[in-house]
Amino acid sequence: MNVQEVRQMFPILNQQVNGHPLVYLDNAATSQKPVSVIEALDDYYRRYNSNVHRGVHTLGTLATDGYEGAREKVRNFINASSTEEIVFTRGTTTALNLVAASYGRANVGPGDEIVITPMEHHSNIIPWQQVARATGAALKYLPLQGDGTIDLQDAEEMITDNTKIVAVMQVSNALGTINPIKEITAIAHKHHAVMVVDGAQSAPHMKVDVKDLDCDFFAFSGHKMCGPTGIGVLYGKKRHLEKMEPIEFGGEMIDFVGLYESTWKELPWKFEGGTPIIAGAIGLGAAIDFLNDVGLDNIQEHEHKIVEYAMARLAEIDGIEIYGPEKRAGLITFNCIDVHPHDVATVLDAEGVAVRAGHHCAQPLMKWLDVTATARASFYLYNTEEDADAFVKALIKTKEYFGNVFG
Amino acid sequence: MSLGNQLDTLYRQVIMDHYKNPRNRGELEGDTLTVNMNNPTCGDRIQLHMKVEDGKIKDAKFLGEGCSISLSSASMMTQAVKGLSVEDALKLSEIFSAMMLGKEYDEGDFDLGDIEALQGVSKFPARIKCATLAWKAMEKGIKTSSEDGD
Repeated sequence: MNVQEVRQMFPILNQQVNGHPLVYLDNAATSQKPVSVIEALDDYYRRYNSNVHRGVHTLGTLATDGYEGAREKVRNFINASSTEEIVFTRGTTTALNLVAASYGRANVGPGDEIVITPMEHHSNIIPWQQVARATGAALKYLPLQGDGTIDLQDAEEMITDNTKIVAVMQVSNALGTINPIKEITAIAHKHHAVMVVDGAQSAPHMKVDVKDLDCDFFAFSGHKMCGPTGIGVLYGKKRHLEKMEPIEFGGEMIDFVGLYESTWKELPWKFEGGTPIIAGAIGLGAAIDFLNDVGLDNIQEHEHKIVEYAMARLAEIDGIEIYGPEKRAGLITFNCIDVHPHDVATVLDAEGVAVRAGHHCAQPLMKWLDVTATARASFYLYNTEEDADAFVKALIKTKEYFGNVFG
Repeated sequence: MSLGNQLDTLYRQVIMDHYKNPRNRGELEGDTLTVNMNNPTCGDRIQLHMKVEDGKIKDAKFLGEGCSISLSSASMMTQAVKGLSVEDALKLSEIFSAMMLGKEYDEGDFDLGDIEALQGVSKFPARIKCATLAWKAMEKGIKTSSEDGD
């Protein structure tokens, strides 16, 4: 993988921010888009914009082919058995809410348990809180080790025959922890619980094989993997999806509509009420083509190198606290001692370096870390060692700057 | 523009002084009203204590966690509204909002004092919510106290 060639495909990277070359290190929030994705959206709107699954006309057929073609690309991308198992959603949040509202409410009752972790993103906590409240089930949290990892022994103990659902993120957006999903899935299955995986931070950065993981549901977002915003995916095993009721009703998802009763389309369309996210799906398809061309293994290896390099450079600076395990995905969550992360992010931005500051939609995790907020630099395939250098240089300036104003 | 110059419009000395040495940090004893407010996007939180009597803010103190802008603004706000009538405090809050949005504002008879140092925040849109948090808490507190009085 030639990172300079990759960078050429991302027009947004070629700009100055506050008088400095843009160093974009907020990829865990959203990724940038390559020309091929931007052009796929443009081409759809210029050449064959039309509604899907209904028009007899030529454009309608082209749009349907584009939309359903994207579904096949997604199926292949995560190695699902069939496109019936691929539901397009607005994003990871909508996908997880669909599982919770449909599968969760129908299959969980008083006395049952839902097991999650304190490192989850809010979108993999609140839907389960709601299910627990509505059904009388108990929500339980797997404890975290000191370095922010899960001990499988704890999973063995906490997941029991009372457990109906286990929901865990594959990669932590705040700690960078890579969770042992396959192993946790096996434990869940021993007790006939279903395994729900939040793949928002894994699908963009590593090869995902839902058959190998054997998880029951897997959710991810297009915009974090070079695709457009507003499109995401819920993968579900066919035998679950078949039994699940839709949570949105209306056009597109029906088979027959009577005055008092209606029936639904077959999978996956019964979960896609209303005109679907046609352009978004086509854009996601183009993003998958792009990622496959570069190669997920190459991307993962590249990020690993950059993050190792950045960690080594950060070690040169005093007063930087880093959170998360040693073996981490391509992101670094940190605090600069004595400087609030908002102030860090503002000074870095003045140097053209874009990082996230805040609670990263993981307030329970912030509480566990005993901090109110942190700063986070997250890397992707187009980031370079020079980006890491610029980041470290800007951090040193931040320390100097606040050293002076406090001094 | 150098890093220092550009940022100095945001991080003025007087702001950093309020951040390092916050005025009115703490709790009020006795019959006071308490407002909790947070900025859900970033985790800043403030707990504002106010003593409102006869339509006047007799005392104000705050506790909280946050960045230099949110905490210095809380310090300045409590200093500015102490002793003001409820109406004047709300008027001052409007002036502050206008200042944050980079709009023209008429300070009238108010002495803005240290508050004017926060003017530079308007050039950093991502930080405006940090600066207005304490003022929003004050507005909410006054609203609650007037409802209680009815």
